[in-house]
Amino acid sequence: MDYSRILSSTVQDIKPSGIRKFFDLLENMQGVVALTVGQPDFITPWHIRVAAIESLENGKTYYTSNSGTLELRQEISSYMNRRYDLTYDPKSEVIVTVGGSEAIDIAIRALINPGDEVIVPQPAFVCYGPICELAGGKPVYLNTKEENKFKLTAEELKSVITDKTKLLVLPYPNNPTGAIMTSEDLEEIAEVLRGTDIMILSDEIYCELTYGREHVSIASLDGMRERTIIASGFSKTYAMTGWRLGYTLAPPEITKQMLKIHQYAIMCAPTTSQYAAVEAMRNGDPDVAMMRKEYNRRRRYIVGGLRSIGIECFDPEGAFYVYPNISKFGLTSEEFCERLLQEEKVAIVPGTAFGDCGEGFARISYAYSVEHIAKALDRMERFVKKL
Amino acid sequence: MNELLKLLENDARLSPESLALMLDKEVGDIKTIIEDYENAGVILGYQTIIDWDKTDAEETVSAIIEIKITPQREHGYDRVAQKIYNYPEVESVYLMSGGYDLSVSIKGKTMREVALFVAERLAPIDGVLSTATHFVLRKYKDNGVVYGVTPVDERGMMM
Repeated sequence: MDYSRILSSTVQDIKPSGIRKFFDLLENMQGVVALTVGQPDFITPWHIRVAAIESLENGKTYYTSNSGTLELRQEISSYMNRRYDLTYDPKSEVIVTVGGSEAIDIAIRALINPGDEVIVPQPAFVCYGPICELAGGKPVYLNTKEENKFKLTAEELKSVITDKTKLLVLPYPNNPTGAIMTSEDLEEIAEVLRGTDIMILSDEIYCELTYGREHVSIASLDGMRERTIIASGFSKTYAMTGWRLGYTLAPPEITKQMLKIHQYAIMCAPTTSQYAAVEAMRNGDPDVAMMRKEYNRRRRYIVGGLRSIGIECFDPEGAFYVYPNISKFGLTSEEFCERLLQEEKVAIVPGTAFGDCGEGFARISYAYSVEHIAKALDRMERFVKKL
Repeated sequence: MNELLKLLENDARLSPESLALMLDKEVGDIKTIIEDYENAGVILGYQTIIDWDKTDAEETVSAIIEIKITPQREHGYDRVAQKIYNYPEVESVYLMSGGYDLSVSIKGKTMREVALFVAERLAPIDGVLSTATHFVLRKYKDNGVVYGVTPVDERGMMM
């Protein structure tokens, strides 16, 4: 059969994630010190796991309502209120999703008509463009710059807005750069959008992992709530990646439409995970504080360590990645990372995995023990001395 | 600098350079602070956690001994505790609330050796009313470390 004539041309046109072949290479090697993983190394706190186990013991094995248990939606709502001073009605403005990924998916699909343009700042997590294409939209990539600390600026935003622009993706705190947007930075963006019909998808999955200053949601700025869909989740905050649990927060008109997609494609998020999540939001603050502190130590350690071996790196203020500039070594990002892997068995991710603008950079995750990071830094030092 | 102490308690091998980076301090300051802690007896020593069962070293047995004692005038429990902790076989001595007074942990080559030590050394001490010896059958977790489990990074390669 000639499958290429059968399969959806939209899907076939989507490029597979470029990083896959690098990961495949990595998986076949022994003794590699990897700094590649995009998820916490902490195990979900025990009291949260216990809540899930108890829910199973008590026979909570049915579907929940489509948008998630009301109890959990209420917890999410009160969490947003105490942490970010935002008010969302648990009954009409919250959907519990299968991870932040589904939240992003239903948000984009609920908004995009064929031909609509979606502004995607890069470097960023890789899913926005492909999801947008699946919905018939057109991703418009916008390259943020190192000299701006990889923040999105009002000028850059204005330069790509057209009369077809439907949506701006705001991926901060940012994977892979560790960049954040302060309330001043966000206010500049808000000013560009006021009075337009442009919507915002604010991916705040790393909101609890900022170091030095608190995360600000653009939804809390004047006039922004009505045009913002917040996508967030439990994965990074509570070290719950495998539980697959996230949520959307958006005005009722939008939530109603997103819920239709969620209802038909997903039904509801995993019930056991929802019970765990209630416990996480009620009693998980000390865990979050502990993990944030630990990440922050590692962040300082790795930034200092990289600089001391001659690898320049801007000061990341969020997530758990550093994004060093490796252009001075005269290799492409992929060459650098492949040689580092082959010659010293250290794995880091080439910046190009996050868009063309990642050339000259690499992403290093510090969701690893200091001991592990130290070992990697020793090997990297040996490597760059050879170059 | 409780944070420094907690880091060292968890991993005594962290270098002053690493600690300085992690805590956002100068290396010299870290060295001084650690030295001060050592001099002041806050930091009492540095040890390594070893799972001896995984080595070919001769097997040892550990026991926890509950001891009831009569407190002495002016000295309370201290004298008896001192008489006990001076034995090098004794690894720890705690004064406890509840059903007994001292909790003593001991390591020996054989159960017999430990039992004899209790009978011949501890029980006869003036003020000791009774002893109850509990042998450790298996160590699951000690000093915050789970025994017998080698952590494996099973995280999927996601972006």
